[in-house]
Amino acid sequence: MTAERTPLYDEHVRLGAQMTNFGGWVMPLQYSTIREEHRAVREAVGVFDLSHMGELRVIDESLAQRVVTRDLTRLKSGRIQYAMLCNEAGGIIDDVLVYAVADGGFLMVVNAGNQDADFDWIRAHSTVKSPSPSGGGQGGGVLNVGRDWALIGVQGPRALGLVQRLSPSELSGVKYYAFVEGKVADVACVISRTGYTGEDGFELFCGNDDAVRLWRALLEEGQADGIRPAGLGARDTLRLEAGMRLHGNDIDASTNPLEAGLDWTLSLDKDFIGRDAIVKARDRGLSRALVGFKMLDRSIPRHGYAVIQGGERVGTVTSGNVSFTLGYNIGMAYVPPALSQPGTRFGVDVRGTAAPAEVVALPFYKRPHPK
Amino acid sequence: MPDLSGLRFAESHEWVKKDGDTATVGISEYAQSQLGDVIYLELPAVGQQLDAGARLGVIESVKAASDLYSPVSGEVSEVNQDLKDHPEYVNEDPYGKGWVIKLRGVKDNPKLLDQKGYDAFVQGQSG
Repeated sequence: MTAERTPLYDEHVRLGAQMTNFGGWVMPLQYSTIREEHRAVREAVGVFDLSHMGELRVIDESLAQRVVTRDLTRLKSGRIQYAMLCNEAGGIIDDVLVYAVADGGFLMVVNAGNQDADFDWIRAHSTVKSPSPSGGGQGGGVLNVGRDWALIGVQGPRALGLVQRLSPSELSGVKYYAFVEGKVADVACVISRTGYTGEDGFELFCGNDDAVRLWRALLEEGQADGIRPAGLGARDTLRLEAGMRLHGNDIDASTNPLEAGLDWTLSLDKDFIGRDAIVKARDRGLSRALVGFKMLDRSIPRHGYAVIQGGERVGTVTSGNVSFTLGYNIGMAYVPPALSQPGTRFGVDVRGTAAPAEVVALPFYKRPHPK
Repeated sequence: MPDLSGLRFAESHEWVKKDGDTATVGISEYAQSQLGDVIYLELPAVGQQLDAGARLGVIESVKAASDLYSPVSGEVSEVNQDLKDHPEYVNEDPYGKGWVIKLRGVKDNPKLLDQKGYDAFVQGQSG
């Protein structure tokens, strides 16, 4: 299967990006160095091509309510919530952002590699008749629109100033996890105050045909801010510092939201797919918990490394890397609940040596409060 | 561009510069560009004896951990202590301040490539 390209593919090649395959898409891994791109986002502003992400338009509100873990009836138009899609066993099929759209229904932003499976899953649970000519049965109420839209992230302390200079909309009033429709660089966009970096910023949805124009305008106007294009490498080191889970690494269909520390995304007083299994798991008591930890030596934890206690394997690292911002190495791991309190020490098996690590509260990094 | 004429390269992407029976070892420009941001090196102890092709340590970048191999046989006489605090030297100057170890009692390894041969090998790999 050939990897899909975003509308910005040629821009990445022109900028000299090292490209990589991610979730079935060929994406920029880095343009300069991951360290520089990471720092630009923490200290100035970075721009990301996120067009590989999927978008599902769920018009049928009761369908959306059935498939996501959170009660969407309380979500006001123009606001966004982070939620899970779970299977019947309570396992996490995907983690998604749900946008309450003014015309009714929701827009779900889903992970690139899951977008078609998510679409099939949601459609399979629809009781609405499909509008397609071949339909006639069920499967309506949801549209897979991800390939019609480009998505550009603008992240960092200077993101607001930069996007504001390019937009007639008043953006400082757009709250975190809210969105408006407006123009940026004369391109019609959904302007969303969200991100996956731990910094303030926006994610801008626009039509594929406008993506290059918007991308170039941001890079040009952002020169004065020290803007850098940033790739998936920096996106991963940034989200890890911010304690954000990566589906496929930290959470997947074999983990439930409780053990992943995502109980705040659950509305257990409403009915949704996976609810009963999650309630049962809660009542039974959890066998493991996802924790953040820091290494006490200089070794680097990686996905899949064993967590060691008393010479035994007791858990597994799900993400790990250097923290450029903090200056030490960090990770996330599933461990027995007894080892989940901050300050608890355990070993991480790094090439046969139990390297010392200590549980710390998530997130590792929290941005300074904006003035 | 540094003068690479005195260097020999292994197909595992290390370089070696011999001076009598001592030698300096590092990784190639191509290798550092493929690894990306180097963040940690696990290096052998001084005095350790290495065979040609033996694992000498581990280099970790943001992306992954990779093994390093000794291009020649010899005894480790020095490791680059600066890399502890500045692993990025390997990226910035792989043939200079990013050197990795020094060896003594070094024997020649006829399997190593000169710069031209190594460039052709890399071309073939990435092409």
